[in-house]
Amino acid sequence: MQLSREDLLDSYRRMRTIRAFEDRLHDEFALGGIPGFVHLYAGQEACAVGMCMNLTDEDMIGSTHRGHGHCIAKGCDVEAMMLEIYGKKGGLCGGKGGSMHIADLAKGMLGANGIVGGNPPLAVGAALAAKTLKTGKVAVSFAGDGASNQGTTFEAMNMAVVLQLPVIFVIENNGYGEGTGVSYAVGAKDIAQRAAAFGMPGVTVDGSDFFAVHEASREAVERARAGGGPSAIEMRITRYYGHFEGDPQLYRAADEVPGLRENLDCLKKFRQRVTETKLLEAAQLDAIDRDVATLIDRAVAKAKAAEFPGAADLTTDVYVKYA
Amino acid sequence: MAKKTFRQAINETLFQEMRRDPRVIVMGEDVAGGQGGSGQIDAYGGPLGVTKGLIGEFGASRVIDTPITESAIMGAAAGAAVNGLRPVAELMFVDFFGVCFDQIYNQAAKFRYMFGGKAKTPLVIRTTIGAGFRAAAQHSQTLYPIFTHVPGLKVVIPSNAYDAKGLLTQAIRDDDPVIFCEHKLLYDTTADVPDDAYTIPFGEAEITRDGDDVAIVAFGRMAHFANEVADKLTKEKISVRVIDPRTTSPLDEDTIIEAVEDTGRLVIVDESPPRCSIARDIAGLVVEHAFGALKAPIAQVTCPHTPVPFAPPLEDLYIPSPAKIEAAVRKVMAYKG
Ligand SMILES: Cc1ncc(C[n+]2csc(CCOP(=O)(O)OP(=O)(O)O)c2C)c(N)n1
Ligand SMILES: [Mg+2]
Repeated sequence: MQLSREDLLDSYRRMRTIRAFEDRLHDEFALGGIPGFVHLYAGQEACAVGMCMNLTDEDMIGSTHRGHGHCIAKGCDVEAMMLEIYGKKGGLCGGKGGSMHIADLAKGMLGANGIVGGNPPLAVGAALAAKTLKTGKVAVSFAGDGASNQGTTFEAMNMAVVLQLPVIFVIENNGYGEGTGVSYAVGAKDIAQRAAAFGMPGVTVDGSDFFAVHEASREAVERARAGGGPSAIEMRITRYYGHFEGDPQLYRAADEVPGLRENLDCLKKFRQRVTETKLLEAAQLDAIDRDVATLIDRAVAKAKAAEFPGAADLTTDVYVKYA
Repeated sequence: MAKKTFRQAINETLFQEMRRDPRVIVMGEDVAGGQGGSGQIDAYGGPLGVTKGLIGEFGASRVIDTPITESAIMGAAAGAAVNGLRPVAELMFVDFFGVCFDQIYNQAAKFRYMFGGKAKTPLVIRTTIGAGFRAAAQHSQTLYPIFTHVPGLKVVIPSNAYDAKGLLTQAIRDDDPVIFCEHKLLYDTTADVPDDAYTIPFGEAEITRDGDDVAIVAFGRMAHFANEVADKLTKEKISVRVIDPRTTSPLDEDTIIEAVEDTGRLVIVDESPPRCSIARDIAGLVVEHAFGALKAPIAQVTCPHTPVPFAPPLEDLYIPSPAKIEAAVRKVMAYKG
């Protein structure tokens, strides 16, 4: 599928929204307004967006603790996300989930996840439902390099192959799981090859190259939709901020992140590519940047002003019906 | 004797026990941190800084950073324990027991019994528990009732830095598998902690306040709330005995029953949902063994039967509070047959 100009603008808007959302949360967290843990996705935007541009609202994704980017890429409402992260009424989960549990089933977003390796089996289940009910949907599991070592991930991959399910395992290899490097924690040389050993196609792409991610994702999604079974894509990428906000990142050399920001930034690379090839004009991208900045300002202001859920909400929604 | 934080007390214990016995190893995710990175080793020292510095003294062969793979961590620790090591394995948040429970409760807990008394499994699993960290449903539970339910496991819930050191030393020297639950909100609390090693036996409650009108049994962070309430009510001449059992398995049943016989009134505080909780367990014990002494129904102050909510005001409502404990004490005091 050739990306139209609208698709390119849409892709850029989603990536820019993720970046602005996360940069702003970084600042707001430092000021002390945000409860709990937040794990920011800045740097990895092309992975979520390059994949999700190939999906419809009906397709499903499973996400991680670092889930804001996946949510935005899949079309979740930014204001409702911000409300959720502040724990407020009107948040995507009514303020009861928070950053680590944002979900929007109507958008095919099956939830961020506090458990590393929690979502790959769930994505397999979503694919099982799609295949059984013949809906034509596909499911995507986003997981990190760290999660790629979890037994749940291996088990999910094997089962997906055995049942030939329409599921794609995206491994976002950002070099670290918390403070431990991939070269130490992943025994195999290559995560994609390890996935391939389960009996599915496994490829590696430069996760900072939106176009490479998009192309690899397109192939995998088409294969899954056509009944060709699961695939795995390892996306090599970096994260800009700490594992969680407040992490001083002592496990990274001081020049590591600045160098990557300078040379491997997915937004910069995208802008350069589309303007040099005259697919889009810089002014169009600048206009998106301004729109996005306004959107984020509004979302934060609204979240700060909103009310917390009330005491009665504590005990609702544990069950559909009980006793 | 120096004031030390709960975190320092545990850190010091690990140093001392690793020096004392070369078979003691520490393993878990980012217990040092920085392996395979471009920066410093020991960048984490455990996500909450509890194992900091160990790798510098004992090296990577005894302070083992693992991949994120809890089943293999707990299983390997159990397997190493029956084969001559004395592992202290870290389960970063108790909530993650869901990915590794088989290795703990079907394997480690049962070896000795299943093998006719032949196995020893000197394994300690250190884990963090508790709400109040704004960490939402999957990082805030206590779950100690689940471990307490399993024959073969010992379960420890220290409420202060002094107990943390004595109980962890005991846990490491103990020949059975021990689940050692550290409440996240206690790490920065301080107490007088002796520099030399000492042990506190399991199954021995501490009476932190003496009194004869009513008894409160409370664990971990809740013990502090119970003390606070006791101190407040003393001024109104309500004399409250506070019991911190310190371990739920074994449980110091005698001290609890004696308190009920002396006071006739019992409030149990448990930072867990109410069903199949330690609160119900102790209530059952008392009804069975001290029914005749009760002057009022037993009051239980627990969390509601819900997951832990994210929104801070809801989370605050979720956790038993000093106000709720005080209300429960007043209710049992006011009870008239
Ligand atoms: C089962 C489980 N183990 C450990 C953790 C703690 N933890 C949260 S994120 C994380 C690192 C995950 O690394 P990776 O999968 O590479 O994702 P990244 O953070 O790099 O996006 C760890 C160890 C957890 N949440 N769940
Ligand atoms: Mg990672």
